[in-house]
Amino acid sequence: MTMTTTRRTFLASAAAATGLLAIGVSPKGALAKATGGALNPFVTVASDGTVTAIIKHFEMGQGTATGLSSLIAEEMNMPLDAIAFEFAPSDPNVYNNLAFGPFQGTGGSTAIANSYLQYRSAGAAAREMLITAAANRWSVDAATLSLKDGVISGAGQQGPIGDFVADAAALDVPAEPALKDPGDFRIIGDETVHRKDQAGKINGTAIFAMDLQLDNQMVVVIKRSPRMGGVVTSFDASGAEDIRGFIQALALPNGAGVAIYADKTWAAFQARDAVDVTWDFSAAESRGSEEIKQELFAALDSPSEYDASSDTDLSDTLAAIEGAAQVVEETFYFPLLAHAPMEPLGATIEPMADGSVVIHDGAQFPTSDHNTLASILELPMEKVKVNTILAGGSFGRRATPTADYQVEIALAFAMTDRTRPVKLVWSREDDITGGYYRPAFAHKVRVGLDENGTIVGWDHRIAGQSIFKGTFFESVIVRDGIDHASVEGAADTPYAIPGMHFGLTDNKPATTLLWWRSVGHSHTAYVMESMMDIAARAAGQDAVAFRLAYLSGDTPDQQRKAAVLKLAAEKAGWGKAAAGRSQGVAVHKSFGSYVAEVAEISRNAEGAVKIERVTAAVDCGLAINPDVIKAQIEGGIGYGIGHVMRNEITLTDGETDQYNFPDYEPLRIHDIAAIETHIIASAEAPTGIGEPGTPPAGPALANAIAVDGPRVTSLPMINEGVEFV
Amino acid sequence: MTIELKLNGKTHQVDADPGTPLLWVIRDDLKLTGTKFGCGVAACGACTVHVDGEPVRSCQTYVEDLEGSEITTIEGLDSKAGQAVQTAWAELDVVQCGYCQSGQIMSAVGLLSENASPTVPEIDDYMNGNACRCATYQRIRAAILRASELMEA
Repeated sequence: MTMTTTRRTFLASAAAATGLLAIGVSPKGALAKATGGALNPFVTVASDGTVTAIIKHFEMGQGTATGLSSLIAEEMNMPLDAIAFEFAPSDPNVYNNLAFGPFQGTGGSTAIANSYLQYRSAGAAAREMLITAAANRWSVDAATLSLKDGVISGAGQQGPIGDFVADAAALDVPAEPALKDPGDFRIIGDETVHRKDQAGKINGTAIFAMDLQLDNQMVVVIKRSPRMGGVVTSFDASGAEDIRGFIQALALPNGAGVAIYADKTWAAFQARDAVDVTWDFSAAESRGSEEIKQELFAALDSPSEYDASSDTDLSDTLAAIEGAAQVVEETFYFPLLAHAPMEPLGATIEPMADGSVVIHDGAQFPTSDHNTLASILELPMEKVKVNTILAGGSFGRRATPTADYQVEIALAFAMTDRTRPVKLVWSREDDITGGYYRPAFAHKVRVGLDENGTIVGWDHRIAGQSIFKGTFFESVIVRDGIDHASVEGAADTPYAIPGMHFGLTDNKPATTLLWWRSVGHSHTAYVMESMMDIAARAAGQDAVAFRLAYLSGDTPDQQRKAAVLKLAAEKAGWGKAAAGRSQGVAVHKSFGSYVAEVAEISRNAEGAVKIERVTAAVDCGLAINPDVIKAQIEGGIGYGIGHVMRNEITLTDGETDQYNFPDYEPLRIHDIAAIETHIIASAEAPTGIGEPGTPPAGPALANAIAVDGPRVTSLPMINEGVEFV
Repeated sequence: MTIELKLNGKTHQVDADPGTPLLWVIRDDLKLTGTKFGCGVAACGACTVHVDGEPVRSCQTYVEDLEGSEITTIEGLDSKAGQAVQTAWAELDVVQCGYCQSGQIMSAVGLLSENASPTVPEIDDYMNGNACRCATYQRIRAAILRASELMEA
């Protein structure tokens, strides 16, 4: 999934007739000039001079609206505050994620990486066309003119950009508009830039899917099977008849649950409690998480199903370990985890007068929304509109290969007479019990060291539940039976460690599974960085120096990983912790970015751990919005540490044991006293930032705890006797 | 039953059954959606509003208990502490997804209204019931300290 698009491939303009300059990208590399609004744009300039960035990724808090607007503002030489933004409609021909192929969606920390040249090029083309239009009107050389803050000036003339919009829209789009010299950047890299989506989120006017209040809408909630594979046999809604506002209860045609309709949310929740459903569990999952755990451990003690190391031979690794001066060995376990975004899931389908429908959704995969509704509602694609609105967090949850909640709302809408908007609402209990969990994984690692403490062999076996098998991404992610997301961050480690071998065994999922912030890295980084610490200690070497010894090559991968490690160590005062404090370090590459974190802890008189500080260093290439990057690292650390400390989803007889925040306790404000983030200056292409802060957080904490306490290899930590204050 | 609610300085006649959480009256009847639904069990704080100046979880506050009370939601926030908190939130770019932030702000205003110069442990203690899954906590902490400064100025 590499980004192959170049800025010169496809630029086109639209809508000359409307007095709007609109620059977009035509499908499949065809250089085309669209007119009359035939092409969906990345940027528009209206005749009043208003510049609007059309944001092709959804905003779940990661800062995309700010990031993509910044790219447009930079190339158009406008203050960021002067740029308006709106979310793009569904159009995978124009707004596809270049990392996903012909599919519009957000994920894998790709939003900036895949949009960077597209949006800059679109902005640069708009700038160049406006300047050319002014040069033509003034009969001067375009090279004597410049555009700044919405005004074109030079050659003794000046005028607002709006005056040139109609003329510019009639020009050909430059094939290769000159991008700004990075030395002239005013917005990219500016630490004082503020987020563009703040105001409504501070004064309560921001509208999320949960907040939609359309005239005459119905609220629908679903009573779902408590176990994967359970099917509705029958139901009795008589208990709901007396609840004011209750409208009807209908079994979903796919048997997955009963849809309960009401005028308002509270009535819908009450009615759902009053509906009795009889389930057929004959095809339902019946295993519990403890059985899954034992299956995973058993798999680790058998030959691996798949060999994930094509260039090394297991027998060589085993021989090297056999001949080692000492061997360290650990077995790790990672539980199922829920995403629990702050806004529970939901969406609204609104019927329009012309027979079309609009889905209002914090849509992570607009293409998936679009296809799902067209299919279930039996509507042509052009009769389905996707209105992407703000999403109250996701961490992966709003994008499922099955379009789970979009299917629910489409089925629920389809069963009505399609005259009223239908709003699907999930409760927190629906969310925590609703599956689509981070899969359970187990790892077993044996590391052999020679008499100098140098690693000579690394036998690493992974057993877990594949996320991608059976999904439409399988052909991209799964190779020779190996789900890359099961081994990423381990089998492809930048460490130059001799004698490494990785094996993988798949376990049958007992529930629906899903990518969860940082995907495979959420467990592989914990294992890799715990084992590096264990090996360093066995070698009698400093944990930072030990890692650097395996990052001494001249590849950019090694050098960049080494650089963040050194920077984090320096900024954290590595090795100089005050009395009563312990430090732990971890460094990991994910989503093209390098992050090192040093966790510093103290203990109270009872030995309970206090996380005093986490110091992070990040190299994510060119830093577009440094403060957004810092926020993502802060959030990524919090997300990683909170779950490692105390979260797990367990199943008993196939049914989820947790229901709500009281038994899936979120990270709280007192849990981490301080986070400090340092960004490596870089001119490399920008890479991911939404996820890379998460993987090193857990192992950095584990390594700090292990200095004077237990080595935690089974999560969450509170199950292993670690207490936190 | 018809209940008279005083909310954001206005009186509303609301038709709701006893036992209806204030949260759903605010959101579905009065259509003020700045107050958020996060858990329904008073475990996340996203639904925090003020009743007679005190932060409460509106998902566990029932309409029949509120006759005569002054209710304030994020939309009606205009106190000195409220303005200071909202200014500090913007200055420090606290928000990420933003879904919990109405509740965070209502709690922060509650804190600063009773303690204009809180210490960090006092902030952590007071704000502990407001969850943020984006983990914006350290900016929340910093913004409350900043709001405290703004109130003194």
